[in-house]
Amino acid sequence: MKPIIKATNVAKQYQLGAGQNSFVTLRETLAGVVRAPLRRFKSNQTASDNSLWALRDVSFEVGAGEVVGIIGRNGAGKSTLLKVLAHITEPSSGRVELYGRIASLLEVGTGFHPELSGRENIYLNGAILGMPKAEIRRKFDEIVAFSEIEKFIDTPVKRYSSGMYLRLAFAVAAHLDPEILLVDEVLAVGDASFQRKCLDKMQDVTQAGRTVVFVSHNMPAITRICPRTILIEAGRVAFDGPSHEAVRMYLGSGMGTNAAREWPDITAAPGNEVVRLCGIRVRTEDGKTCESIDIREPVGLEMEFEVLEAGHVLVPNYHFINEEGVCAFIILEHDSEWRRRPRPTGRYVSTAWIPGNALSEGTLVISAAISTMDPVTVHFFERDVVAFQIIDSLDGDSARGDYAGPMPGIVRPLLNWTSQHTPSNSSSPSGGNTL
Amino acid sequence: MGTISSDSASVFEPISPTHTAQPSREVMQKLPDEPVAIIQPSGSWSALNLRELWTYRELLYFLIWRDVKIRYKQTALGATWAIIQPVFTMLIFTLIFSRVAGIKSDGFPYPIFAYAALLPWIFFANAVTTSGNSVVGSANLITKVYFPRALIPAAAVGAGFVDFAVAFVMLLPLTFYYRVSLSLNILLLPIPTLLVLLLALGVGMWLSALNVKYRDVRFAVPFMMQIWMFLSPIAYPSSVVPERWQLLYSLNPVTGIVDGFRSALLGQPFKWTTLGISAAITLGMLIYSSVTFRKMEKSFADII
Repeated sequence: MKPIIKATNVAKQYQLGAGQNSFVTLRETLAGVVRAPLRRFKSNQTASDNSLWALRDVSFEVGAGEVVGIIGRNGAGKSTLLKVLAHITEPSSGRVELYGRIASLLEVGTGFHPELSGRENIYLNGAILGMPKAEIRRKFDEIVAFSEIEKFIDTPVKRYSSGMYLRLAFAVAAHLDPEILLVDEVLAVGDASFQRKCLDKMQDVTQAGRTVVFVSHNMPAITRICPRTILIEAGRVAFDGPSHEAVRMYLGSGMGTNAAREWPDITAAPGNEVVRLCGIRVRTEDGKTCESIDIREPVGLEMEFEVLEAGHVLVPNYHFINEEGVCAFIILEHDSEWRRRPRPTGRYVSTAWIPGNALSEGTLVISAAISTMDPVTVHFFERDVVAFQIIDSLDGDSARGDYAGPMPGIVRPLLNWTSQHTPSNSSSPSGGNTL
Repeated sequence: MGTISSDSASVFEPISPTHTAQPSREVMQKLPDEPVAIIQPSGSWSALNLRELWTYRELLYFLIWRDVKIRYKQTALGATWAIIQPVFTMLIFTLIFSRVAGIKSDGFPYPIFAYAALLPWIFFANAVTTSGNSVVGSANLITKVYFPRALIPAAAVGAGFVDFAVAFVMLLPLTFYYRVSLSLNILLLPIPTLLVLLLALGVGMWLSALNVKYRDVRFAVPFMMQIWMFLSPIAYPSSVVPERWQLLYSLNPVTGIVDGFRSALLGQPFKWTTLGISAAITLGMLIYSSVTFRKMEKSFADII
């Protein structure tokens, strides 16, 4: 298939410090000129540290009508990639060829003006997103109907509730008719029913044969909408292929999240002046650090931390996220010894044991935190620290029994079943011998 | 083994129709042979892409329309402000410069003499100030959607021009009141009008780009405009400037433009040399600022 988007060796470099994320004043520039010779006496590391490659050698093609997801950790470069594709920022090198009209939806309601009415904003927003005036006029009624705010169409949008505002904004965006649509996280806003509606609309759009590039953290949405996903890691394409594989790779150990993670340098470890994280390990019962765990075996999650300031009640806790991005559960330390008791300084190891035959199979990614409950303080919250895989064998003694097919669900407990049997002859009305 | 494949059928869940939507949809439009757009690092020297600007003319219209609509929202006097500003400035000028300082006005009643100059000047000063801040004020647009960035300062100038048109109406009762008869010179009014528009665009566009990098611009502009006004024949006639300084004086492009307005409106003879110098400087400024703007707009989204 001939590509509609062809990206070749796209790279984007940002200058850190002056000029990046903050504006400079003339005085700072002048001061920088004065300081520049002095900088040479410092370590020669500064020169390379001052720039950041947000994207490096990114090449891919998107066929016409394809729906491609882009995932990656925060700061991996996926938003930069979208901005390059959307023509918002220029690549430092490389080239993107677009064989179709492109519209970007990096935010819902770009250019909405609070003082203008809903009607006026439809025209303004449509024009900003690249819709010709005649087309907006033609689709106007449809947009208003989709937004469900007919009654308030002549009210300034500053008087709208946030829900109404979003509905109107999305209604305009949904009626864009470009050949290529770039979408960034817009579905991460609004209430559940609105998100549902957006997702459905996205699916209509994709089924109409439009090319869509969709950046999201919402893994279920990615797997649902996009057959293919590009995983961006540290500015490079780490994987490009079927979405469920990309999602698994993103959440699983492929991304450097292993069953164990250590912070040898305590000053650089997550935490604050009260407590710092030293390490997290996924253990089996015999003490081995292990990435793949049999569904029937208990899993131990070991957190090692150093208390630097005595006198705080500290509660280690874990968040379990499955490969669809759903939080399976959260656990807090339940240790009678340290419950409501301020901890003296020193090193601690806390281990939580998840019994066998409780979790479902698949990858679980763990975020770890230490909090104080009264008053609520989060000393650190480290996302996606470790990951492990639960494997359900087909031996027949796990919860799946003799069934060998896919089994959805967040948990897969092995429960006690009771069954009562009433022999069929006892229910016969005669009660006598039946032969 | 041991993995859930999200796109395979399961006994628990009916096959979701969405997963059957594989990319084998042959509803495709025919793709053009040449790319519609190429995104790559551009050279540092490129002028404005006029063809692209033309395709975005509707957006320019909407941006001007937006600025005009919101400017006087929730004000009691509304568009009357477009008249109040020059009229009151005229009254104050009359009091101070004519009555107190006794400045001559080439034989015309001072109020209308001042008004003929305040009309283009107030437009120019407001347009430069608002367009100078316009790009920074549109950070949310610049980081979220692509369109030629030059439309932003251009729209600010365009919206100011609407005020100019409104204030122009006030000129009629003034000419009646002071019995100044309009001459055929008024037919040449489009020349200085076009020049002031282009000059405002040139200066505004340049400042708006500079403002993205150096926020000092915001503080410097009002101050700069004040000095510029006294260096231009607004409150006084250009004839008060001694002959040997006239050439230097006319290097200020506003001089020729304001004199042009007075010639067109009050029937003074046109000073073509001064006007010609103004036109040349205005065009030079416009070219310089569009090249600068073009060079800087690449980094707008990164540093705004």
